[in-house]
Amino acid sequence: MANLKDIRKRISSVKSTQQITKAMQMVAASKLKKAQDSVVQARPYAVKMSDVLASLAVRVKPGKHPLLERRDEKKIELLVITSDRGLCGGFNTNVIKAAESFIKEKGDGCEEIVLSVVGRKARDYYRRRDWEFKTEELNPGSADFSQAESIGRTVIDRYVEGETDAVYVAFTEFKSAMTQNIVVKRLLPLEPKVLAEDEVPVEYLYEPSEDALLADIIPRYIYTQVFSMLLESIASEHGSRMTAMDSATKNAVEMTAKLTLLYNRARQAAITTELMEIVSGAEALN
Amino acid sequence: MESDKILLEIASPYRQVLKVEVDEVIAPGEEGQFGVLPGHTPFLATINVGQLMYRQGNQVKHVAVSHGYAEVEYHRVIVLLDAAELPHEIDIDRAEKARLRAEGRLAELSHEDRDYFEELAALDRAMNRITISKI
Repeated sequence: MANLKDIRKRISSVKSTQQITKAMQMVAASKLKKAQDSVVQARPYAVKMSDVLASLAVRVKPGKHPLLERRDEKKIELLVITSDRGLCGGFNTNVIKAAESFIKEKGDGCEEIVLSVVGRKARDYYRRRDWEFKTEELNPGSADFSQAESIGRTVIDRYVEGETDAVYVAFTEFKSAMTQNIVVKRLLPLEPKVLAEDEVPVEYLYEPSEDALLADIIPRYIYTQVFSMLLESIASEHGSRMTAMDSATKNAVEMTAKLTLLYNRARQAAITTELMEIVSGAEALN
Repeated sequence: MESDKILLEIASPYRQVLKVEVDEVIAPGEEGQFGVLPGHTPFLATINVGQLMYRQGNQVKHVAVSHGYAEVEYHRVIVLLDAAELPHEIDIDRAEKARLRAEGRLAELSHEDRDYFEELAALDRAMNRITISKI
């Protein structure tokens, strides 16, 4: 029979775990709200940016800008975006899994895969496997445009220098608090927009020249892309943590109920035995 | 489309700053200020640090802007900026501190330093915010 004291200890330990997971769930919920808001608020800029770029890019001949230039994918860069902190269900594992399968899939067809990481989890994972990183950033859980800019800049520099021929990003796309998709998206080279048949490109005046504008806008478009990926990843992280902590709390509640039942049974059994002993003792005296 | 209004949209990476119907927009372009009235030819321009003005009827309002782009269509102006603030949103203390910091650093640097122009730009942005908050 289980020891009463042991069960009691177990119950109180499960309860305190439950308190922690409950608290984490609530914190994640409020952070999710914030992260979700920033995803929504950042959207107009990102959408318009890609509109402007698209309208610009249809009228430029390919080869006018190095970032529109397409090369054979010999050296591929993969940027993996994870979180710094754990306890968020399968969030990081899923991203890393997607990254691994990407590496496996592309690894044979190309000369080299170079890796860049955002977030402590991906860094630790690949560091244990002796990878070297081109770019290594932490993911403090709140996106910052200047961080996106610095990541974007290093990625672009490598592409322009010819160190990489294509850049892909593995990250978590935020759909809602419950659903997140793991995706691997291509960041570079840019996809040229194809006009629909009845679409006529608007003729623009440019100030300063078209080339100067293009050279200025394209990198900025990349930064915006990276920024929105970071934002989505962060929102997904909090969403994922919230769901994970919710189910952990539920499990803890279930566990306490089971343990309490066990405890009461054990207590009852102890009382019964004691009673039996007293009764049989009294009988023996008679 | 027959309309005598312009839809002005201003967005920074973090948020949409403004979306209003206006009669006229005057923006600080890289090669000088330019004005936009309804029906303007499509036009793409770089925006510099400065103040963007828009007019609704007789009312003229200001927005502090930093580097970015403006896309002008016949009845729409989209402005994408690194940062933009309406006058009441400006944090004067922060701008004042930024100004002092930039001035302090500039005093130590010479024209040849790489950071010189960055600091100059920072000073520019701070001064711009201070000016506009006082309008």
